[in-house]
Amino acid sequence: MPGLNLVEQSLITGFLAGSLYGLLALGLSLSWGLLKLVNIGHFAMALLSAYLTWYFGTELGIPAWWAGAIIVPVFFVYGVALHWVFVKFRVSEMASMLITFALAIIVESFIQTIWTADFRRYSTPLADQSFMLGGLYVPKLNLLACLVAALLAVGTWGWLKFTYAGKALRACAEDAPIASAYGIDHKSLTYLLSGICAAYAGVAGVFIALIGTLAPNEIWTWIGVVFAVVIIGRLGNPVGALLGGILIGVCEALTQSAVNPAWAPLVSFSVLILLLLVKPKWI
Amino acid sequence: MTRIFTRLLGRAAVAASITMLLAGGAAFAQSGKPIVIGQTLALTGPLGQTGMVHKIVGEIVMDDLNKAGGLLGRPVEWKLYDDESKGSTARTQYERLITIDKVDLILGPYATEGILAAMTVAQRYKKLYIQNTLGIPHLATYEGQFSALMTGAEPQNTFPVRVLQAYADSGFTPKSIAIVTSKFASAQFNSKGMEALANARKIPNLYLEYDFGTRDFGAIAARVKDFNPDFIWTGVLGVEGHQILEAYGKLNYKPKAHLYLYPSPSLAQVPGAEGGISQTSLEDQPPYTNDPLIKHYAEAFHEKAVKANLPYPFIDSQAGNSFSGWQILIAAVKGANSLDDAKLIAWLEKNEVTTVMGKRDFKGKFHTNSVDATQIRQVQNGKWVLVWPRERALPQSKLVANK
Repeated sequence: MPGLNLVEQSLITGFLAGSLYGLLALGLSLSWGLLKLVNIGHFAMALLSAYLTWYFGTELGIPAWWAGAIIVPVFFVYGVALHWVFVKFRVSEMASMLITFALAIIVESFIQTIWTADFRRYSTPLADQSFMLGGLYVPKLNLLACLVAALLAVGTWGWLKFTYAGKALRACAEDAPIASAYGIDHKSLTYLLSGICAAYAGVAGVFIALIGTLAPNEIWTWIGVVFAVVIIGRLGNPVGALLGGILIGVCEALTQSAVNPAWAPLVSFSVLILLLLVKPKWI
Repeated sequence: MTRIFTRLLGRAAVAASITMLLAGGAAFAQSGKPIVIGQTLALTGPLGQTGMVHKIVGEIVMDDLNKAGGLLGRPVEWKLYDDESKGSTARTQYERLITIDKVDLILGPYATEGILAAMTVAQRYKKLYIQNTLGIPHLATYEGQFSALMTGAEPQNTFPVRVLQAYADSGFTPKSIAIVTSKFASAQFNSKGMEALANARKIPNLYLEYDFGTRDFGAIAARVKDFNPDFIWTGVLGVEGHQILEAYGKLNYKPKAHLYLYPSPSLAQVPGAEGGISQTSLEDQPPYTNDPLIKHYAEAFHEKAVKANLPYPFIDSQAGNSFSGWQILIAAVKGANSLDDAKLIAWLEKNEVTTVMGKRDFKGKFHTNSVDATQIRQVQNGKWVLVWPRERALPQSKLVANK
């Protein structure tokens, strides 16, 4: 039986790991829920951002925060361009999944060609630093990622809930032709949102670079769990994505500490199936 | 003047060694149809980083072999496919190598799953099958299979004993052991051996398994820290060693003594890896590099690895296994003076071969070395250093246990 301290430590670890899931799920959830585009390439772009952060830091001496300041706007432009392609070719929800799957493979091959299949680690002074909180260790970088995820999730939620653009986007997601009939500039707003989703992949990538170890195939290790997070958190709901991520992260960590670490990968889908069976209001 | 002469003499010795070992002592003029050797490697996918080590080794061997006159007086070509770290792809590619490309010889791929998958193809066509990284020897039941590893037939029983013996020789006896292992077949298999030994010696132990591809090791690290063992046996593959060490670091936990079963070589450069041990058979340092051939391989590997942007551009045990596989194949062809698989198999069954990892036979079960000759290395000042057995290690290189 695990001790109380172990359980508490696992709760913190799971909470922070889950917030990274949430950060990664944020752009995917918005894209899927509000643009009706299932962007598997989101994972690939997050990893590309991570590699760029690592490259800027280790090869060019550009600190991660400045790297983020370069990557995020570039990714925003990429998101807009990607959406232009989707609009131009009238890509459907299902087709978007296939196209972005291909895109993810291309990005993976690109990363592997440029930086090889070997893993990369961005060592910074903060990487292993933690502070004590009532006898428990809280990793500083993970906490920072959690705070940024919370800021983005709540900020995006507020933007969607209280601003004209946000309300218009939600209206378009409900019924685009009717929303257009009421004078909403549907097209411009979707370009903006697509850019934001890609920018969020850029932000997630910066933290992946700082917290984790990079390998080109890592794209595929995220997909299952983050898809579960997106569905649990409800499509198009930024705060839901964050809370879904935290729920999965905590469940995984508790499974690892109290039962068997090998069972952790089963957790995300077990929780998803359980919630789909119970059907709580928020899903 | 003396220095120039010594340097020239050294270079001549290297050239002679390469010629002796690869061309059997005489440089032939190459003529005729090339001999084609087929192989797949995990060049992409989760094992891609280690597959690259084997690719570089293959390129070096090819260069040297052809410079030294090829095999049986014929030039040699290496037909390499990417098996994408998947057994199913390896199986298909070996079928293609044998039936469509009609290669003369084959060499096994990297990693357990691919090795076992490709072995079924080799068995069907009765090809000589030399593999260099199968961690579960008893699964290699094909009589035409030969292992390049120095682990013996039962590494799950012998290696844990050697590890505890190495610590005992340095005056350290762990009184509790945490065994943390990937469920990857060979890692799990050998880690079960450590668990069995701990139970047999009545050493309290904690056994934890995780799935291949686990992303976050925070909770596992917390559990290990909570157990606070004297020694941690970590059945990792590649990057997992780094991830576990980072997770320890975040909990401000420093293992007292720790082992990494199949780590990526660059683990040595990770903060927190200091004092960690692993198995080895070759490193880019004396006493290994006192051998002129190994020194040449080390330099050639370093040059190519830097160009390929490998984070740890030095030969190590992984490269050693790969060189060894090639050397066994070449020795068999030269010894049997034939490309006939049945003759090559018969020759290897009766003879010993000298490889970069030492002289070895195939008299153990499943054509393994008759004894477990695995050595132990330790991370000291950010580099892997051979520390055990004592008679093999340099006098100043001693296993240090953080008691």
